[in-house]
Amino acid sequence: MSKEPMHTALVSPKGRWWERAHATEKVWFGIAFGWCMVLFAMMPLWHWKGGQNPSGIRRKVDPAAYEARVQQFVQDYKVGELKGIPVVEPPAGSDVYLLGRMWSWYPVLKLKKGVQYTLHLSSKDVNHGFSLFPVNVNFQVVPGYDYGLKIVPSEAGDFGIICNEFCGIGHHMMLGKVIVTNEDGSMPGEKTASATEVR
Amino acid sequence: MATVLDRPGQPERADAVGRLFRTCSVTGLRLHGPAERLIKANAVVATVALLIGGISAILILLTRWQAVHLLGPVQFYRVLTAHGISMLIFFIIFFEMAVLYFACGPLLNTRIAAPKLGWFNFGLMTLGAALVEAMIWTGRADVLMTSYIPLRAHPLYYLGIILFAVGALLVCAQFFATLAVAKRERSYEGSLPLVTFGAVAAAIIAVITLLHGAATYIPTFLWSIGLMNVDPQVYRMLWWALGHSSQQINVAAMVSIWYLLGGLTVGSVVLNEKISRTAFVLYILFISMASAHHLLVDPGFSSSWKVVNTSYFMYMAVLASMLHGFTVPAGIEVGQRLHGVTQGLFGWVKRAPWGDPGFSSLVLSIVVFGFVGGITGVTIGTEQINIVVHNTLRVPGHFHATVVSGTAMAFMGLTYYLIPLIFQRKVAFWRLAQVQPYLFAGGMLVFCVFMSFAGGFGVPRRHWDITFSQAPFEQAFDPAVDAVMGIMALGGLVAALGGGLYILITVWSVFFGQRFTDEERLCGAKGLPQGLVRPPRPVTVEDEVNLPNGKLGHAPGTMVLVLIFLAAFALYYFANWKLLSFVWKIG
Ligand code: HEM
Ligand SMILES: [Cu+2]
Ligand SMILES: [Cu+2]
Repeated sequence: MSKEPMHTALVSPKGRWWERAHATEKVWFGIAFGWCMVLFAMMPLWHWKGGQNPSGIRRKVDPAAYEARVQQFVQDYKVGELKGIPVVEPPAGSDVYLLGRMWSWYPVLKLKKGVQYTLHLSSKDVNHGFSLFPVNVNFQVVPGYDYGLKIVPSEAGDFGIICNEFCGIGHHMMLGKVIVTNEDGSMPGEKTASATEVR
Repeated sequence: MATVLDRPGQPERADAVGRLFRTCSVTGLRLHGPAERLIKANAVVATVALLIGGISAILILLTRWQAVHLLGPVQFYRVLTAHGISMLIFFIIFFEMAVLYFACGPLLNTRIAAPKLGWFNFGLMTLGAALVEAMIWTGRADVLMTSYIPLRAHPLYYLGIILFAVGALLVCAQFFATLAVAKRERSYEGSLPLVTFGAVAAAIIAVITLLHGAATYIPTFLWSIGLMNVDPQVYRMLWWALGHSSQQINVAAMVSIWYLLGGLTVGSVVLNEKISRTAFVLYILFISMASAHHLLVDPGFSSSWKVVNTSYFMYMAVLASMLHGFTVPAGIEVGQRLHGVTQGLFGWVKRAPWGDPGFSSLVLSIVVFGFVGGITGVTIGTEQINIVVHNTLRVPGHFHATVVSGTAMAFMGLTYYLIPLIFQRKVAFWRLAQVQPYLFAGGMLVFCVFMSFAGGFGVPRRHWDITFSQAPFEQAFDPAVDAVMGIMALGGLVAALGGGLYILITVWSVFFGQRFTDEERLCGAKGLPQGLVRPPRPVTVEDEVNLPNGKLGHAPGTMVLVLIFLAAFALYYFANWKLLSFVWKIG
């Protein structure tokens, strides 16, 4: 026990205050330090064993060049239109290009369940936020940067793309769409419908 | 009368400087006139900013509550910009300036260096703040607090921020100069008190932060007048080097106030100066990397950069907070035990002065900051978990538990002591003051928890219309979201009521409050917190017989509490990994 009486944090400690900590403080220090190491280890561990990482293929890109690449992509694989926005169905496993711009996501994507794609995200103007609804997967979309993420849609259905980075006054109107079909190209609704017919 | 703050044998100064001092009858603190006036001025402007931010809070809250949907889109984004800036920048930083003056002047028993400079700084900051507010409210800065390039505000908006920041930087310089004066004039013996040491940490971090601020806003100002180009990703990195480091100022200031309020209210002690000071040093060392956890799902940075930097180098700043999270409550526990409150594991909790708003604010600040703000912050700031969190309502849900329920609550608690100590008035509407911390913290707790829930459904932050009525496609959130956000709004309204009461109480006390005499104080007149009525006496070595010496040490109650905390932390943390594992495979 120290010879000086204990004091509040408002007074100047006199003499030598560089004293050994009490045993309990040391124990807590050890526990807290160990926990911090667990927190740290989890991230590399998930890169190694886990299925969801924001690594991606990342490169700088000129916004105009990126927009041209998206147009090319639309031309190559367009299969229809929805509310005036082209619907694009790229081959399984290919590169998919999505453009964020004030205030729409372009184009509508049609993907297959269980297949891996490389989804490229970039913006033509300001920052946008890619937020896949209702899966709740979120990425920042920054003009001048191409973020290529390997994704595997794990369920069929209609998905929305909310913009969740403020991008100006029309921010809340910016809603895109991803349609995921079953492996055979059918929609989940269609399949159940035909299944009931057969029965 | 002996008090916690006694400094026996301090020489009175008889010269001109000496006449500027008044010795506080309660604490024995010697208050320097110019310091007092600077503290007052900064505190008053902070309160004005809080009022603007608070009115904005109610407006945006009632808009996000979809059943009410009060504002139109233009107003919503504008008022949201005003809310973020007025609260996080102006309210918090003006108050911190007052805290800095308090920690270097009165606490060190000295005069403030260059008081005239203080008024210049104050003028500069106020001018900057006024410019920024004017730009926002006239619709020339609808860019939100972060003003991500290439969204563009009026050049005067950026200039206003720069002026404000220069003023704040100069206050830090003045703070350091005052420390030098105190040292040279030997106004204190031994080392700096821990509270001042914490304030030094905050001021050093502030300097680092403000330099990042210069690196962000000066190029941005030049960009806004067409003189240079700024890369949007580089902007995000620099902005967050400013934006996050400034949160570390808030944490350091808040923790210092925890130590301060503990000492004032119940005579809590410093268990070990070495541990507490080392923890403050860790804050300083590992802070400038913190910007990374805002960029976890950004395209501009590699995963290894993200992992190393977000973990603030293996979470050393988290370690620091966990240390303070132990030493502050343990200091309260040991302080109480030394004063004879020795019953059981939690007798010190039961017998604590819960009717003292300074004390209740302190405890509520620690609990909500730690259990909600801290746990959620570390979890959502994990590289991969951020994928299911980024820019959803989980983010504001987190930081209203840190900077609002933690920092702002601590500031409010301190105010209940500053009113009698600095402004020399009784706290008006005492009964209301006693419930105010519970309303504010309770409301905020509900607000934060339900906001986080809504974020878990993917509800975006900063969004005017989650029914997407003007979007090309139909889309609707789970109906549960309506209920969740309704409860969130109710919690927010209660918190806003608590905030409103705080403003009412402080403004009334300062401008119309009653002065009080020493006799009144000692017989416990209404309107004075118990820490001033019955200041905890300094403890002696003999008091240490009151301390338990079992397996759990001197502070067994706190040891149990921190273990519960750790369990909650681990549970929440791993639950989030589990949640993440359900979403689409991404890499
Ligand atoms: C009564 C108390 C308060 C209520 C009800 C409240 C409510 C809100 C709401 C509804 C939002 C909008 C969330 C969104 O749509 O993204 C928000 C954002 C925010 N609040 Fe508060 N708030 C309060 C106090 C504070 C305080 C005291 C601070 C700072 C010290 C603060 C700092 C912020 C910040 C920085 C934002 C983010 C602004 C942005 O996204 O640009 N709030 N608040
Ligand atoms: Cu957008
Ligand atoms: Cu947007």
